[in-house]
Amino acid sequence: MEEARIDIGYVAALARLELSEEQLPKLQKDLDNIVGYIASLSELDLTGVEPTAHAAALTNVWREDEPKPSYDRDRMLANAPALIDGDLIRVPQVLPGEGSN
Amino acid sequence: MAIPETKGRPIHALAQELASGGCTAVELVSTYLSRIDAEDGVIKAFLKLDRERVLRAAEESDRRRAAGKTLSVYDGIPIGIKDCIVAEGETCSCASKILEPVVSPYDSTAVARLRAQGFIPFGRLNMDEFAMGSSCENSAFQKTANPRDPQRVPGGSSGGSAACVAASFAAGALGSDTGGSIRQPAAFCGIVGLKPTYGRVSRSGLVAFASSLDQIGPMTHDVEDAGILLDAIAGHDPMDATSLPDPAGGFAEAARNAPESFRGVKIGLPKEYFAEGGLAAGVEKVVRESIEKAKSLGAELVEVSLPHTKYAVAVYYIIATAEASANLARFDGMRYGKRVDGKDLVDTYFKSRGEGFGDEVKRRILLGTYVLSSGYYDAYYLRAQKVRTLIRRDFEQAFKQCDVLLTPVTPTVAFKFGEKSDPLQMYLSDIFTIALNLSGNCGISLPAGLDAESGMPVGVQLLAPAMGEAKLLGAAQTLMR
Repeated sequence: MEEARIDIGYVAALARLELSEEQLPKLQKDLDNIVGYIASLSELDLTGVEPTAHAAALTNVWREDEPKPSYDRDRMLANAPALIDGDLIRVPQVLPGEGSN
Repeated sequence: MAIPETKGRPIHALAQELASGGCTAVELVSTYLSRIDAEDGVIKAFLKLDRERVLRAAEESDRRRAAGKTLSVYDGIPIGIKDCIVAEGETCSCASKILEPVVSPYDSTAVARLRAQGFIPFGRLNMDEFAMGSSCENSAFQKTANPRDPQRVPGGSSGGSAACVAASFAAGALGSDTGGSIRQPAAFCGIVGLKPTYGRVSRSGLVAFASSLDQIGPMTHDVEDAGILLDAIAGHDPMDATSLPDPAGGFAEAARNAPESFRGVKIGLPKEYFAEGGLAAGVEKVVRESIEKAKSLGAELVEVSLPHTKYAVAVYYIIATAEASANLARFDGMRYGKRVDGKDLVDTYFKSRGEGFGDEVKRRILLGTYVLSSGYYDAYYLRAQKVRTLIRRDFEQAFKQCDVLLTPVTPTVAFKFGEKSDPLQMYLSDIFTIALNLSGNCGISLPAGLDAESGMPVGVQLLAPAMGEAKLLGAAQTLMR
């Protein structure tokens, strides 16, 4: 078997993605294939070429710092998976320690 | 009650019919709804369609018209919306389980601008999950069929939008194009699809896939309609920092006033796009016929070179996945969307994302995370950004020698479901569309004819420099005469 090009377990941990055992062999094969393909860029001499981050050359777009009405709070919160008292988003405990929500 | 003719009928014709009193907006919308009832069970273009709401909007339009207060000549005409372009009070799942429960509290700028002209945003159209795919097979909910042959895919990722227009389920549709996601399905379904210049149309309210590449655009029955919808949605928007400040407009007029001939017009043919074996024979035949037609209309044909074309797919799949891995990090099950409880916070992230995202989205998040990870950034991401510069320069050079480029859109006609199971093969089929997103220029896919063997539509693509939509639409209209 060819050597794996990409350590899927490590990358999935960085991306916070749970993968099932059944998914792994196919993902490994697909990604190794794709990484092998994109490695073709290494054959180009890119000395002195500036990178392009963006197609439009806009920089420093400013706006006036004026208070304006924002979106309706209740409608925004209506999409939250869990609420406390109707106006706080309930999340799992973030820092270890005593007590929990 | 009048039943207006809507099959294949362009927006400009429907506007005239509404103006002359030939039908009402309610009759128009009802006609589309009846066709959807009869046919969308097979086509499956719509993820959601709020019938009461669109009929209410049509009634309001009719009242405005009766009072002589129409918002524009297009008041009352329904336009389908791809599910990644948010509309107030409607779901915006991006065909993903992770966003299935979400209802948008606001309108995207594009949808708000359609409403401002009286267009009726019409349903939520299927797509590849988070716009990642070329066949609509990556939707978490349903597979949309090609109206020309339901055994075949409609293309992607805006496959629902293309099918909606091709099946005449609405007068037109909005799609989004990150690597060809408007132009490829337009070609597969035999309609017109326009990718505007990067920054022409606000991305505010377009769920981000790859922010430096994404662009909303029209999918329509004809070239003039593409101009009409672009007129409606284009222009500067303070809500999008990448929105171009340049004035936008006159696009429909550019199509209407297109010259009869190509006299004095230079059309470039990039030789890399016509390389031996790169095109299915039936596709090549139709594209060659379009070139002949352009020539007979007086165009001067010029061979040009885009020498870095062969690297475009690699560059794209590094940049697009890198940006996607960052953009999709926000879907963590905390503030909105699907949450799957785990044993602690981090486990909840893993489970929510693991169950919420489909296979292709996971593949791309992993690839994007990999190319940005420590030790690989310079080898992949930075290198890809540099090659992007070379690809951009290729186009700059080519446009010094010609006014527009003419190319194929896809190597083959629409394929059958399940025919392409290898992701890399699927990516490679984007070869003719993705360089344009990397360079930021504008392009349009036009129905050019039918493949003799399968009877499926073949598209031809015209490409123009950034901000060249008026010229592009004019040339497209001349070619389609």
